[in-house]
Amino acid sequence: MTENSTKDPVKTSRIDLNKLDRMVRRFERLFVFLVPIVAVLSALILMAFLIFSVGSDPWVAYKGLFSGMFGNNFDTANTLNRAAPLMLMGLGVAVAFRGGLFNIGGEGQIAMGGLFASIVGIYITGIPSIVHIPLCILAGFIGGAVWSILPGYFFAKHGINLIITTVMMNEIANSLVAAMVKGPLLEPPGYEPQSYKVLESARLPLIWEGTRLHAGILIAILAAVIFYIILFRTPFGFAVRCVGENETAAKHSGLKVFRIRMLLMMISGGLGGIAGAAEILGAQYRLREAFLANYGYEALAVALLGQKHPLGVIISGVLFGGLKAGGASMQRATNLPMALVAVVSGVIILFVIASGILTRLPRYLAKKEASRGA
Amino acid sequence: MELEAILSLFSQEFFYSTIRMATPIVMAAIGEVIMERAGILNLGIESMMMFGAFFGVVGAATFGNAWMGMLTGVVAGALAGALFGFIVITLRANQSVTGTAFNIIGYGLTTFLARVLWGIRSEPLKVSQFQDIPLPFLSDIPFLGYVLFDHDPTVYIAYIVVIVSTIFLFRTIWGLRIRAIGEHPRAAETIGINVFRYRYVAALIAGGLAAFGGAMLSLAQLDMFVDRMSGGRGFFALAAVILGRWHPVGVALGCLLFGAGNAIQMRVQAFGLKIAPDLLIAFPFVLTLLVVIVFRSTANPKALAKPYEKEATLE
Amino acid sequence: MPSAVRMENITKRFPGVLDNDHVTVDIARGEIHALLGENGAGKTTLMNILYGLYHPDAGNIFVNDRPVTISSPLDAISKGVGMIHQHFMLIPVFTVAENIALGEEMQGNPFVDLELTRKRILDLSKATGLHIDPDARVEQLSVGDQQRVEIIKALLRGVNVLIMDEPTSVLTPQEADELFVVLRKLAEEGKTIIFITHKLREVMAISDRITILRGGKVVNTVNTREVDRDSLANMMVGRKIFLNFDRKALNVGNQVLELKNVSALNDRGLPALKEVSLAMRAGEILGVAGVDGNGQSELADVIMGLRPVTHGDIIVKGRSVVHKDASYVIKQGISAIPFSRHEEGLVLTFSVKDNLILKEFYNPPFSDKGLLDFKVIQDNAQRMIKEYDIRTTGPDAKVGNMSGGNQQKVVLAREISRKPDILIACQPTHGLDIGATEYVRQQLLNQRDSGISVMLISTELEEILSLSDRIIVMYEGQIMGEVPAEQADLQEIGKMMLGVRLEAAKV
Repeated sequence: MTENSTKDPVKTSRIDLNKLDRMVRRFERLFVFLVPIVAVLSALILMAFLIFSVGSDPWVAYKGLFSGMFGNNFDTANTLNRAAPLMLMGLGVAVAFRGGLFNIGGEGQIAMGGLFASIVGIYITGIPSIVHIPLCILAGFIGGAVWSILPGYFFAKHGINLIITTVMMNEIANSLVAAMVKGPLLEPPGYEPQSYKVLESARLPLIWEGTRLHAGILIAILAAVIFYIILFRTPFGFAVRCVGENETAAKHSGLKVFRIRMLLMMISGGLGGIAGAAEILGAQYRLREAFLANYGYEALAVALLGQKHPLGVIISGVLFGGLKAGGASMQRATNLPMALVAVVSGVIILFVIASGILTRLPRYLAKKEASRGA
Repeated sequence: MELEAILSLFSQEFFYSTIRMATPIVMAAIGEVIMERAGILNLGIESMMMFGAFFGVVGAATFGNAWMGMLTGVVAGALAGALFGFIVITLRANQSVTGTAFNIIGYGLTTFLARVLWGIRSEPLKVSQFQDIPLPFLSDIPFLGYVLFDHDPTVYIAYIVVIVSTIFLFRTIWGLRIRAIGEHPRAAETIGINVFRYRYVAALIAGGLAAFGGAMLSLAQLDMFVDRMSGGRGFFALAAVILGRWHPVGVALGCLLFGAGNAIQMRVQAFGLKIAPDLLIAFPFVLTLLVVIVFRSTANPKALAKPYEKEATLE
Repeated sequence: MPSAVRMENITKRFPGVLDNDHVTVDIARGEIHALLGENGAGKTTLMNILYGLYHPDAGNIFVNDRPVTISSPLDAISKGVGMIHQHFMLIPVFTVAENIALGEEMQGNPFVDLELTRKRILDLSKATGLHIDPDARVEQLSVGDQQRVEIIKALLRGVNVLIMDEPTSVLTPQEADELFVVLRKLAEEGKTIIFITHKLREVMAISDRITILRGGKVVNTVNTREVDRDSLANMMVGRKIFLNFDRKALNVGNQVLELKNVSALNDRGLPALKEVSLAMRAGEILGVAGVDGNGQSELADVIMGLRPVTHGDIIVKGRSVVHKDASYVIKQGISAIPFSRHEEGLVLTFSVKDNLILKEFYNPPFSDKGLLDFKVIQDNAQRMIKEYDIRTTGPDAKVGNMSGGNQQKVVLAREISRKPDILIACQPTHGLDIGATEYVRQQLLNQRDSGISVMLISTELEEILSLSDRIIVMYEGQIMGEVPAEQADLQEIGKMMLGVRLEAAKV
């Protein structure tokens, strides 16, 4: 080492920090694509083992699954219809994640969005579709946003674990919807616990002739575009990412962290509310209890698999929508229960989250190289 | 509603069922205390309870014996705890997300396997069950004897676990080390305590205890497996840990609150009060929400939910 | 003299940091041996290797002339080597006795016998004069007492070689002198002490021999009696840079910041600032001296609007900001170099260009019509990199992958380029190597000369003395007194750091 070396750490360290930086960034660009692909493949292989171990033929199961996803126009439409709420909620989870919020209150936010949209869709009469549909969507947004206020507030203000509070809010929302469809909203004579159908003027238009594909998917894509612009092009999005990456530095930079987090949580919950609203207005037309059971949790897998990026969420939304749609035909082909979809989403979440360790690889390799140079 | 009716809610039978409802939560919560004291937040308790409940029934059906069922369930839960440990300790993944993924898998996998193994029957598979064993002398105590000492053996095991875990945490060197690791793992490491090893042990114990609690549901309170039968008890346990300020005895008392909540809810239903039953079901969840909001505390282990790195990377 | 520890040709590398390059030291039994060197010279790395926290890439270690490999701290302790870190390795919520019981062998009995531990502590206290209450909670002890606990902990585990990493960094000069008495006594009893430091005063006061490290290499090992401070400084730094700043004459302007009887609580809800009053004028550097943890960080926080004030008033350029938040204060023209650049100053996962706009991104020119202007942001980064000599691959480089010095330059560039009226610099050279330290100090002086009011909060007395125009000393949340820099007396400031008021300290 030369005499003046202490002056300049970048030159003196035998590992070139600039090289390390380039390496880290190259790895990161690679991982964005590699991690989801490996996660999906691993989950599929793991599932094959599971299917095999319970005595079914994985090949038959997967063929059934795929034909149920994209076998014909009707199946494809069904896949996209299942994908729409997953994308919307997935976007909600992803945007919250970007700001350091782990919102798994999707079940409740979807339920409340559906409830609010149903009420507006059933009981407000005499207005044209062009007004009625946006009004119902807005009601759904408000329902989801309202339901996220309490967990959001106590997390942003007092750091209370968001998961515990949102899961509790999920259960409470499910109970509330169940009580509503058996009580105030019950459609006479009441053989089934369900509400009236929403009015024709509130229903989303079908957009693919000969199928049941409704406009929900368009709403989801629109939401993704808005998500992208806000997060990556606006100062608000910059602030959100700053808060998510380093809350303390954000505070020292003068950002109003509490306000940003509250707003973010309500946007996130609101997207869930729209998911619930779109399902009611486009697919089911009437409110039932647990009308999108498990979607809130699977949206978590959609968001993580999509690398919290709007485009990724759209792609992984289609994948999971396909699993939902195809799962039913797989069940017919092999008698394998639909619960497998939940297992897949859980396994995918684990893969993606555990792959974070890979971001350390460049540093590790650099260290190795340095030791070799000794 | 008359006063008498309200009072009759709180009969001997009410306290009996409070204990019965509380003890599975106690087992899970004690496991969580040990895990959190070691610095790991396990939000996947639900999944471990589900594995316990399901594999408990599988074991009981295979060996024709409730005790063997319990053992099978506990082993399955401990394995799940070990896997959880691997992901959050060795791979340093976010503990909250990991726990949530575990819960999703826990519900899905047990439902899936139950369908595959037993199909959709009108009559679910029944297995041999733990029988009530009144303890001699103790159960003769007026009022309390019946409430506390006229249960099945798993309840008595829960009593023992509360006492043993208190001694373990506060009187033994292992407990001292686990508590140190949850407060300041780097300090523990510098005096030669293997942080990873103790955290793994805590994860194994916590998984096993949560599974025990889950198996109590399927082998003691019922004699069969029901989908999603843990019903949020893992979260009640989490709230009870906060309420009991990370001390086993306090936590056990906190669980009684949730046991009572469940018991009240069922008895109010039986009384035919004019409250929608669906709203009554939500009561324990509201209670949990209130507990975590109102009893927020700074007494938590300082290293809770923070992944630990063995070798410090210098700046 | 027989050798207690010998390390031969030790080599250790880390990505991006200085390390050990064929380091050989020989430490005699019963001596106090100082390891002297600047930050990043490799002293602590070397001792972490001896204590088993790191494993050397190459080299041999001998304890009592026997070759050993040390795999872990436990292993080191079993070979009689103990280490006390700069940040104490104690469990705050445990009592002294519990902390010590934690490290004891189990010996077949799984139960903790605190009574026995208590007795052993008291016995040792009697023998060495290290008095401590075994039942006190560590978090309630003073820093000096916590250090005693660490020493007791090591001695009770049968340690013969005691490594102390910068043990005086948290002590006042007087407390340090007390520590030296204890260390001298231990050495006389045959214990070997290895003392890591970068302070010349201390090496001269306490050590028998000195090994000087620079840039990961041994420069020399010398007998303390045979050297003087100047030659040590030369060996440590490699060239003379000491206290040699070109200071322009003081040219103060208007008063820009005033604190009137400000009180505030710390994070645990205890009083941390008590009736603090001070004033700052344009074009001067106000040095805030004091032992770490005496209210300095709370002082910076209240000025920055990051901590509520329980009493008093803060006036910036004639306007009260006392109940305003950070965003308001920042807009009033206050900039800050925070204590921790990693946690408070930078978003490590962000790029250089994004970190450079952290405080201004929502303002033009960086934002226009509600959208970020990427071209302006990019150009801004290019300019800053050139202007502040930030060594990096470019505006898109991740700040987390840069050296400490370059990270601090990013903070400096952002805070200064805002053209503030007031700059609060908190430990601005902490953890930097000589070159970067010099750069940062020169920048602070430049700011002063250009008419900005600078507050320099530092625990490095040398830094305070060489940069400040006026010096105030904080102790337990209060200002003990104020002295003009040219009249500053080290002994006087040391007394104030211990809680003696200026009037009394002068006597």
